[in-house]
Amino acid sequence: MRAYSLLLLTTFVLSACAIQAPPPRAPAQPRTLTVMTHDSFSASEAVIAEFEQTHNAKVVVLKSGDAGSTLNKAILSKDAPLADVLYGVDNTFLGRALAADILEPYSSPALAAIPDRFKLDPQNRLLPVDYGHVMINYDKAFLQAKGLNPPASLRALTEPQWKGLLVVENPATSSPGLAFLLATIAAFPEGSAYDWRQFWRDLRANEVYVSPDWSDAYYNQFSGSSGKGPRPLVVSYATSPAAEVFFSEGKLQAPPTGNVEGTAFEQIEFVGILKGTKNRDLAEKWVDFMLSRRFQEDIPLQMFVYPVLPEAALPEVFVKFGQPPAQFFTLPTAEIDRGRERWIEEWERIVLK
Amino acid sequence: MRFGTVKHIAPAMPALLFLAVFFAWPLIEIGRVSFATAAFGRGATPLTVLGDPAYLGILAFTCWQAALSTLLTLLAGLPIALAFARYRFAGQRFWRAVAVVPFVMPTVVVAAAFSALLGPRGAVNQLLQSLFGLEQPPIQLLGSLPLVLLAHVFYNVAVVIRVVGGFLTNLSPHLEEAAANLGANRWQVARSVLLPLALPAVGAAAALTFLFTFSSFGVMLILGGARFATLEVEIYRQATQMLRLDVAASLAVIQMAVTLLTGWASARLEAGVPLEAQSIGQPRRRPSTPAERALVWGSLAFVILVLLTPMATLVMRSFDWEGGPPWRYYAALGQNVRGALFFVPPQVAIGNSLLFAFATMLLTMLLGVPLVYALARLRRGQLLEAILLLPLGSSAVALGLGFLVAFDQPPLDLRTSVVLLPIAHTLVALPFFVRAALPAFRALDQRLREAARGLGAGPLQVMRHIDLPLLAPSLTAAAIFAFAVSLGEFGASLLIARPEYPTMPVAIYRFLGQPGALNYGQALAMSSLLMLVTASSAALIEWLRPR
Repeated sequence: MRAYSLLLLTTFVLSACAIQAPPPRAPAQPRTLTVMTHDSFSASEAVIAEFEQTHNAKVVVLKSGDAGSTLNKAILSKDAPLADVLYGVDNTFLGRALAADILEPYSSPALAAIPDRFKLDPQNRLLPVDYGHVMINYDKAFLQAKGLNPPASLRALTEPQWKGLLVVENPATSSPGLAFLLATIAAFPEGSAYDWRQFWRDLRANEVYVSPDWSDAYYNQFSGSSGKGPRPLVVSYATSPAAEVFFSEGKLQAPPTGNVEGTAFEQIEFVGILKGTKNRDLAEKWVDFMLSRRFQEDIPLQMFVYPVLPEAALPEVFVKFGQPPAQFFTLPTAEIDRGRERWIEEWERIVLK
Repeated sequence: MRFGTVKHIAPAMPALLFLAVFFAWPLIEIGRVSFATAAFGRGATPLTVLGDPAYLGILAFTCWQAALSTLLTLLAGLPIALAFARYRFAGQRFWRAVAVVPFVMPTVVVAAAFSALLGPRGAVNQLLQSLFGLEQPPIQLLGSLPLVLLAHVFYNVAVVIRVVGGFLTNLSPHLEEAAANLGANRWQVARSVLLPLALPAVGAAAALTFLFTFSSFGVMLILGGARFATLEVEIYRQATQMLRLDVAASLAVIQMAVTLLTGWASARLEAGVPLEAQSIGQPRRRPSTPAERALVWGSLAFVILVLLTPMATLVMRSFDWEGGPPWRYYAALGQNVRGALFFVPPQVAIGNSLLFAFATMLLTMLLGVPLVYALARLRRGQLLEAILLLPLGSSAVALGLGFLVAFDQPPLDLRTSVVLLPIAHTLVALPFFVRAALPAFRALDQRLREAARGLGAGPLQVMRHIDLPLLAPSLTAAAIFAFAVSLGEFGASLLIARPEYPTMPVAIYRFLGQPGALNYGQALAMSSLLMLVTASSAALIEWLRPR
């Protein structure tokens, strides 16, 4: 028994040392601003500290799972909101977020500098922060060794030379998976002679591999990154090649992967003030801050997406290897909202069953 | 209710109260919201869901793959449990500690190890191709049911080794010796003496394995290649992507019904077995006959091939072999290159993990020991035992959403409290603890205790010299798993919106969320640290156990 008490004590002391001590209180009690967001949210310490100092605030970030889970948690806690601000709703979930009536309109003065094409909610309950492109990456070395050129289009993926070589994510469990499904629906609309259902039937016949999430697809199945999987084509992001260079710590001068043009779907991410916040003024300041040049320029290297503010400068690695694709697909949010559930169910019947 | 029963059940009250507040209430609340709120559904109920052939198919698949996984895990685990409990061999402590490690590993990392070994370009295929001059990789396991089953064995074999092994350690060999003296051969002894005697523990291990694989989520999603869905996967899909909470809740109700049935059946089975009293400190001996040596060597070979090799692959990959210092991913764990807000120094992640794991173990034992004590004395406790297993077979998604709607008012606005984490872990660990410890509590030899008391020992002395040594192996196994459940973050990743107390698994998932060699390398480095921490914690807990 003594030994157990000893174990108890040592573990406790060790762990207590490891947990960082709370920061000393500022003289005037800072107010707390709570931001609810998805697990991929990231920002520089210095940038957040700047906001905290300017407004004598403490920013608490609640990471709440993937984008879908985060929104659902915000909706479920509508009557007793967990946070003041919700960040990370994208254009595929925008309709659901607005229909759930969980957000307050805020026409931030900072919106003036942002292009209208990003402003999808006329009432400004959700304000655009950043955008990115889900698109197919290819493994340069693999294609070169086989003497292949990257696929010329989405349709080309159904050709026999790509048999068994493409990895996609399941749209029922993954947000890039859903975005890619939407790209194919925009490319092969319902009612056309060759619609998206036929395209996916052909992809299935061509042995497309379905991963449940991006991490498994990119690291375990894709051959172009560190995991050295078996397949040279993967649904990832337009910025992934740039990230490969950035995270090689100087070992790579050029990306080992490239983007397949004509396969991109544009995702725009939004921020909004949650109904029932007791810190409306501070929440407004936070929204302004997210749209300011300081925060916008921090976005690329933290989250590997593009700032919506045109005047925000891009880091060098983005300028060199991470330019947004010239063309991309998109769908009206109302259409996405009406179709999502049915599309996913049909997709599962076509591809998985 | 007779006064006697009330008195018997009193020690179980703290645990039952805990389950009522943190398990039953959140589920009732989320059930109410799901079935009653028009925004979240269209009137599905468990009955309408059961009428849909698609969901019936999922239910059937979930059950039979769990049954098959359990059978395979028992087949692999029982001989190893026997070898580890009975025989002495070099490095035994190390191997026992290694066997616990898979239990805590994030699925996506295990998938990386399996594809490095068994994938089309994996080591095994390359070896076979070069040996036999094959054009195509001969083994095509990725995205198939055999790989899922293999992974289920990989994850759960430790449950059998520990739970059955803990029980066997104190099982007196006299009956076996008697049977052998009467001319029974080794196989007959094992089948007609040893197995029946160990049945309560085997049943407990089987029930736990069945429930873990029944609610399989990550393994099925990632290694099954998206084509297979368990109820848990379907609940996640319906709740988070479709926002069909009515369907999700209906499926969760069905899942719990099956859990209850499983728990009740296994409790009935165990209750029907006469218990052979346990005796203290059965010495382990060296394997002497060829059959014994075969058992020990076979067990070691299995542990090395199936458990150690995948883990060793991960450790190999966590070093950089392409120039520069090989340990650079480990060094990078401590550097905040991008000045990121959510940077977690490795010692903080390890500290958080250990703190939560320790809190979970402590809470589980505080609630669990009196609970098991009460259960062991209860004559008709099967239903209660089944109910206690429920958290293990309940949807983590449903529970997570339940916490969100149930704990939103002071004084219990715990939704973003860090306290919820050990509480959530304890919910999973408690059923485990009960099942692992109950057989030993039941088998406590009352005659030994009475004899000690007759010789003038006080209650404390009886506890110290009789109870503790007899219960120690099983209690240790139970405690190790409570610790491991927390280290592995079972289900809790889906829980709650929580502030920044990142643990090791959380850090691993964060690294795997972005592309690039550094992120991948750091994820594997952190995974290797997780293995190290798990194995050494398991070894330490065992080393400290009262003997």
